[in-house]
Amino acid sequence: MRISKQSSRSTGLSAIWVALVAAVLFLPNNAEAMKIQKVKSPGGIVAWLVEEHSLPLVAMRFAFDGGAVQDPKGKAGVSNFLTTMLDEGAGELKSQAFQEKMEDLSVKIGFSSSRDVFSGSFQSLSKNLDAGSELLRLAVTKPRFDAEPLERMRERLAADIVMADNDPNKVASRAWFRLAFGDHPYARSVDGDAASIKAIGADDLKTYHKNIFARDTLNVSVVGDITPEALAQLLDKVFGGLPEKSSLAPVEMASLTAGPKQKIIEMKVPQSVAQFGHRAFLRKDKDFVPSYVLNYIIGGGGFNSRLMEEVREKRGLAYSVYSYISPYAHASVFLGGVATKNEAMGTSLDVIKGVFKRIAEEGPTAEELKNAKRYLTGSYPLRFDTNSKIANQLLWIQIENLGLGYIDERNQMIEDVSIENIKAVAKRLLQSDGLIVTIVGQPTKLGKKG
Amino acid sequence: MNGTRFSGYLRLFILLMVAMTLIEIAPDAAEAKERASHFTLKNGMEVVVIPDHRAPVVTHMVWYRVGSADETPGKSGIAHFLEHLMFKGTDKIARGAFSKIISRNGGQDNAFTSQDTTSYHQRVAKDRLELVMDMEADRMTGLKLLNEDVLTERDVILEERRSRVDNSPQSILNEELLSALYQSHPYGIPVIGWHHEMAELSRSDAFEFYKNYYAPNNAVLIVAGDVTRDEVEKLAKKYYEPIPTRPEVKRSIRSSEPPHRAARRVKLVDPRAGKPMLERLYLAPSYSTAKAGEAEAIDLLIKITSSGSTSRFYKKLVIEQRKASAVGGWYTGTAVDSGRIGFYAMALDGVSMSDVEASMEAVLDDIKSNGVTEKELERAKSGFLADYVYENDSQSSLARRYGWGLITGQKIADIEAWPDRVSKVSVADIQAAAKKFLDIKHSVTGELLLPTKAKKQAVKKQAPASKS
Repeated sequence: MRISKQSSRSTGLSAIWVALVAAVLFLPNNAEAMKIQKVKSPGGIVAWLVEEHSLPLVAMRFAFDGGAVQDPKGKAGVSNFLTTMLDEGAGELKSQAFQEKMEDLSVKIGFSSSRDVFSGSFQSLSKNLDAGSELLRLAVTKPRFDAEPLERMRERLAADIVMADNDPNKVASRAWFRLAFGDHPYARSVDGDAASIKAIGADDLKTYHKNIFARDTLNVSVVGDITPEALAQLLDKVFGGLPEKSSLAPVEMASLTAGPKQKIIEMKVPQSVAQFGHRAFLRKDKDFVPSYVLNYIIGGGGFNSRLMEEVREKRGLAYSVYSYISPYAHASVFLGGVATKNEAMGTSLDVIKGVFKRIAEEGPTAEELKNAKRYLTGSYPLRFDTNSKIANQLLWIQIENLGLGYIDERNQMIEDVSIENIKAVAKRLLQSDGLIVTIVGQPTKLGKKG
Repeated sequence: MNGTRFSGYLRLFILLMVAMTLIEIAPDAAEAKERASHFTLKNGMEVVVIPDHRAPVVTHMVWYRVGSADETPGKSGIAHFLEHLMFKGTDKIARGAFSKIISRNGGQDNAFTSQDTTSYHQRVAKDRLELVMDMEADRMTGLKLLNEDVLTERDVILEERRSRVDNSPQSILNEELLSALYQSHPYGIPVIGWHHEMAELSRSDAFEFYKNYYAPNNAVLIVAGDVTRDEVEKLAKKYYEPIPTRPEVKRSIRSSEPPHRAARRVKLVDPRAGKPMLERLYLAPSYSTAKAGEAEAIDLLIKITSSGSTSRFYKKLVIEQRKASAVGGWYTGTAVDSGRIGFYAMALDGVSMSDVEASMEAVLDDIKSNGVTEKELERAKSGFLADYVYENDSQSSLARRYGWGLITGQKIADIEAWPDRVSKVSVADIQAAAKKFLDIKHSVTGELLLPTKAKKQAVKKQAPASKS
């Protein structure tokens, strides 16, 4: 993959500049260019654009720094609550009027909150882009927070929490973050809990909205049937009314609880669910990319992974077993999961710890490293085969501050991981004797903790 | 619910049901030009090519005209079990290497089983299309199985059942509802199988099913993405056409459903229920069995009744009456035999099931008596047509649209004329469909309830084993 810088092209609108950058996604024996343009609006809002005029569609993704980590103390779930309220009435349009208009225009507007980021998505048919983006402007800048939809959404969110409290996967995952993060905001669920949902009022949503929705942390990506000139105007229209600066509460870096730790939460289910893991490396850490490749070999690579081979293929202990690395802004976690009948949970966890121990001691094999590289580099273009997926990729590259060159450099970074390097990283990353483990179910025959 | 070989996470069955109805949304008039080209190989294998040249990627799928509804009585789950075993190897593909080879070529693969089809698919760079065709053609007839691998994989599907069904009261209710809805037809048997029958499935059961149903003349090949018809035809002739046709291979003859004379009810009390829920299924025609225009009318009826915040159910039960926190519905119209209509509502605290049910009935009765408005119908139609255009963004979605259509007996022309047919549906058609198909005699109603004495959090308590 390669990026070549080309000269800016004149746009006709003097206040707009468009840097044309061709990010060329190479597949073996085939090269096709995907041109990413950096568009800056007259009002100074920047978006990454890929023009695609073969379908009459426009997809936009955008995000503000913030997310659930900015939920106030005792009010966990504010940001998630807000995701449900922005299309429940905005500007002069009350809830039903807004929803009907979205349907009449077949425009899709959605919001979601993760630990560090509040994001939005917008899809419109080209022919409805003007009216559709007007709805998006209202949702982003003029949400109403009327009492009726607020109580209705509260009831839905409260029901979601009760359902999650009975879902062994969600219970295990939430317990894991509580156990691992102690007093840090990452310990809280993004969705909040029964008490916090009850405590959240319109003022909390308004304050969060005022503090977080601002142009200084805004990232935007757009893919589809739109020109840079039209996009520049659309950016000012939709986001121009937002305040210049956000007001983010400072968040400390989190240090995870030291393992081993094990917590069992009893639930009457025939199959226990476990989450296991420990700290990993931040995105900016020199070992992040090798650890990402290593995770593929451990449990990220489906049937190519050791966990799948040892737990499922050889022993039939589980249908699903996996691991992943989540490099959050204020901590990074290496986390895995497995679901096994109650009486086999002990065996499964022993097998999993054995895999970690062995990889920490011996590292992966050269063959495994080669296979991981072939998948990770070869499959990268599969992330760019729809407008929506491209928009999503471009958004995250911006959020992570990886730069326009990332798409070009990413595969080489993976190719550069050597066997010596990954062996050293395996030793540094893995703590088979220091796992934080949560188990939900009625497990029997468990070995020693953590 | 579909069984699949691997999924990283589980969802509520409701989401699955809704997702399935999305898959069933067929093409559109907005784009008059044909998307797909279609031809048949000499051995009877059908081929569909859907070009999309935006990215150098292809989706390759082989759909067999066999699903769980074709299983021999007593062998429930064998269609899905065989789907898992198809990854074990052949003379050319080493034991357990199928998915690994795909991965090492930068590709992704998976498979799923439903009541009517078993489907295998890969997404790869376009220059790896030949490789995956070679491999898929090879395992159509060349499967090799070691007994120990079969036994280990049987443990895996039992764990899959625990994850998908036994660990979730919502899924258990759904299984019970389907089983009560069908008095005779095998759609009442879960795709994943009944636990006691799955536990007895053997290597020879798998091979028998494989021999009975896997042949080129019982399969449809779909290739979508950065390819031309000519390229696909050349490769298909090279890899699939040499496989001998076996005229004796066809779908099983399935038990048919007698007329339903009595509404049925199912009640499941489970401390893990979380929130009480009402769910109702109606037997309905499918796109394959309906009279002209009826299935399209049902699709629109269900959208108006239960899709989104402007639907009749949502406005009445969630906004006006505050009886439910969530409502929804779906139409399973893509099927070889009958289709199904489904509705659900999650009750708010303190609202009885009978209260929720009465409100749902009132909404349905109103549509039966007074029909829907032109505005509602217009909105529902434009929603479907827009979804069709959005679906063009994904080659995988397009491939699935044609796959589902062909596998359930539609022709390419039927699939591509769907938007025309939808746009012709009138408000009178909607009312007629409501009267005819929302008949309580053809239904089963399920209640998922918490034990009356137990507190809601009773299932969740912490054990003293914690170190923290």
